[in-house]
Amino acid sequence: MTLLNAVLQGVFLGSLYALLACGLSLIFGVMRIINLAHGDLAVLGAYLVWTISTKLDVSPFLAILPVLPVMFGLGYLLQRSILARSLRSGPLVPLLATFGVSIVLQNGLLQVFSPDVRSLGSSAGEISTGSWEITSQLSVPYIGLVMMLVALVVLGGLQYTLQHTAFGRDMRATAQDPDTASLVGIPASTIYAKATGIAVATAAVAGAFLAIRASFDPGSGPPQLIFAFEAVVIGGLGSLWGTLVGGVVLGIAQTVGATIDPQYAILTGHLVFLLILCTPRSRALLSRRSTS
Amino acid sequence: MSDIEQPVATKVGRSTPTSRVASLVLVGLLLSLFVVPVIFTTNVVQQLTSLFILMMLAVMWNALAGYGGLVSVGQQAFIGFGAYATIYLTQRSVGPFLAIGIAAVASAVLAAGVSVIVLRLKGGQFAVGTWVVAETLALLVVLNQGLGGGTGISLQGLNVYSPEIRRAYIYWVTLGFLVLLLLLVFLLLRFKTGAALQAIRDDEEAAASLGVRVRPLKFVLYVLAGFGCGAAGALTLANTLFIQPQSIFSVQFSAYMIFMVLVGGLGTFEGPILGSVIFFVIQQQFADQGAWYLIGLGAVAIVFALFLPKGLWNLLAERLHLQLLPVGYRLRELRAHSRDSSSSPGSHERSRTETDDEAVK
Amino acid sequence: MTLLEVKELEARHGLLKAVRGISFAVGEGETLALVGANGAGKTTMLRTIAGAHPASEGQVLLAGEDVTRLPAHRRVAQGLALVPEGRKLFPEMTVLENLMVAGRRSRTGAWNVETVLEAFPMLKPLRDKRASELSGGQQQAASIGRAMMTNPQVLLIDELSLGLSPVAVDAVYESVTALIEGGATVVLVEQDLQRAMSVSDRVLCVLEGRVVLEAKTGDVTRKQITDAYFGVASTPSNDPARSDSETS
Repeated sequence: MTLLNAVLQGVFLGSLYALLACGLSLIFGVMRIINLAHGDLAVLGAYLVWTISTKLDVSPFLAILPVLPVMFGLGYLLQRSILARSLRSGPLVPLLATFGVSIVLQNGLLQVFSPDVRSLGSSAGEISTGSWEITSQLSVPYIGLVMMLVALVVLGGLQYTLQHTAFGRDMRATAQDPDTASLVGIPASTIYAKATGIAVATAAVAGAFLAIRASFDPGSGPPQLIFAFEAVVIGGLGSLWGTLVGGVVLGIAQTVGATIDPQYAILTGHLVFLLILCTPRSRALLSRRSTS
Repeated sequence: MSDIEQPVATKVGRSTPTSRVASLVLVGLLLSLFVVPVIFTTNVVQQLTSLFILMMLAVMWNALAGYGGLVSVGQQAFIGFGAYATIYLTQRSVGPFLAIGIAAVASAVLAAGVSVIVLRLKGGQFAVGTWVVAETLALLVVLNQGLGGGTGISLQGLNVYSPEIRRAYIYWVTLGFLVLLLLLVFLLLRFKTGAALQAIRDDEEAAASLGVRVRPLKFVLYVLAGFGCGAAGALTLANTLFIQPQSIFSVQFSAYMIFMVLVGGLGTFEGPILGSVIFFVIQQQFADQGAWYLIGLGAVAIVFALFLPKGLWNLLAERLHLQLLPVGYRLRELRAHSRDSSSSPGSHERSRTETDDEAVK
Repeated sequence: MTLLEVKELEARHGLLKAVRGISFAVGEGETLALVGANGAGKTTMLRTIAGAHPASEGQVLLAGEDVTRLPAHRRVAQGLALVPEGRKLFPEMTVLENLMVAGRRSRTGAWNVETVLEAFPMLKPLRDKRASELSGGQQQAASIGRAMMTNPQVLLIDELSLGLSPVAVDAVYESVTALIEGGATVVLVEQDLQRAMSVSDRVLCVLEGRVVLEAKTGDVTRKQITDAYFGVASTPSNDPARSDSETS
């Protein structure tokens, strides 16, 4: 029965990973850039929410609202100023640029906020700690449910935007062929910038939930980055619903691993990831994705 | 009258007068480096050892990314593996220097094994895949109390030597490995594989369609990088005597490697050497500034990404028309040919072939 | 009235000049054919005019306005559309989506999804098919249709018949001829001399980035064009060396 509960908790954890990963997936899908700063951007979002929440004494769920447009703007500027130029120089240079951004962010946060570990759990109140006891072995934490709902809304919204709106068509066209996209009138650089803005905003939401559910400090970025990556790759690059599946698979792997021994949680996730990389199904999936 | 150029007799050569001189100077420099421990203080010896280790890492990362198009964010897997393999061997009474050698080879073997999983991946997937391998290894070490677990472990077996002798020996071994790696990369570039490697880097599909055997070459590069990074890890252990999984397997190594190679000049032989020197100097000067040092490092990385993406060596080489080592190809004209002057008088002829006849890198 | 004017245009690939000092003008309703061997610089020229490639010297004027410094997507908004070499449809998007994505920020005009599908009837049953599943001829039709969605003043077409079967080329040329008869202003790069001359009012032959022959289609023989095509010295009236000294 504890295994079933672990799987259930894994689903909720996985939806957090999916939320974290969808921005990464978007940037990679549209621009083929690996944003090494994605995890740190999520942590920045967490710090901003924490600042507003503690200074103004409001719930983090309210504090996130003004943070969203700020993070969108930050992502937009990031793309326009740094990423756009580095894109032109080939696939390696954005790595250097985003690594630079990651280092600057981490250490900037360190300077401003000190290395103290913080959490938003207390500010969030009942939601962050309470849960429904379905049976004595099975419980649904409120925060887990909220995370799952938000992840579904965000991912669903993104997917809808991509498939059924003009902006989504612009993004897909630019992702598939930026050169031709500009030849049919699409302002590729603006599209990139908006996509990055959206991605960073979603990272902020994920960061806020991270802060509510657990604790964070300036160095929390890179571990989150790797989980986000694993979710994206497990689920198949280029598919947002795939990212959800990938996140859930990763979450379940970690929680089930934890039932064997808490120390095994992250390791199990990695092993599942590597295993999936080896399977023929993933080989086919990867080769198909790499052509799109 | 057509304004097509008359063909020019040319010969393909490997070296220029400059590169010949530079090669001699380089050999001389290497020989003199061997003498350093005799002349200079232990402190200098240890600093130089650290520099050489950085150089090894930069050269290896450049071999992967610059020549193979393989952007690995997980070389720390082999750095850590090389270090811990050395620990493992010395725990079983293998002499430390022999252990270092075996650990490096073992890292190469590990790389061969890992390549089965990761080499089928492209681009971002490859990068993440290699990183996860590194994280997995780190976690496996943490779970292993015999290897010290999360708290770390020291290297035994070097205590028989006095600190000065120990540092000198480690210096020589490090220098030896560095020279070996540079030689291996040089040989790879010098022979037919060199052009093939650059072709892969520039356009893998086109290269494959021309018959370049892409997979075997990438495999060779990956195994070489495994060997080099494993040696670097083992030598880092020997240099510092104590390691912890979170630092020896840290993704920071990859970050440093990216920095050194991209700042120095990707895809060139001299670039990573220059980049590692620059990084080392920055580290020496500013590391005690703490967070501000790192912020500065990040800012420098961003500036280079934006304005000097090809790195410093490429900048110097272009401006000064410089290539020190004979690893490129040069098209030499065999006789002075008359530039095709135009047929009709008074016509303003600009028909020189504008193709770049500098070294094709 | 001159809709497109190109003045002393130069474009490079690295240090190599692909387009050297080319000038020409296209009037409203005119069709200009650009011919020349592979590597002569035709595609680079069209891409530079469209804004996909930077011009190192010279000017591009659309309906009298200097668009040389404008990025490609702004030129589309002004009415300059390019049908790229190789069709270049967005492979994972349907034909309908390909059309819709082009129609967004364009000038208003007669062209929309319905009229494009009328003009290219072969596309009607293919509306919801992924572009990567189309044949070469179908892709070419879709690509032209996509460009028309932007209601261009001037349509640039690069290598219309390249890689297509003769039957497909026939079908595509039917549609293009209809467009031209409808009054479109077209600059057409075409390897097939026969076809090029059959639809164009004027022809420009390009060799190594330079114009070596410019004439009304009716005034010039095939032999003269092929001579110019290959850089063979021909009759004094078409001596490129003479025209060089005239322009320098």
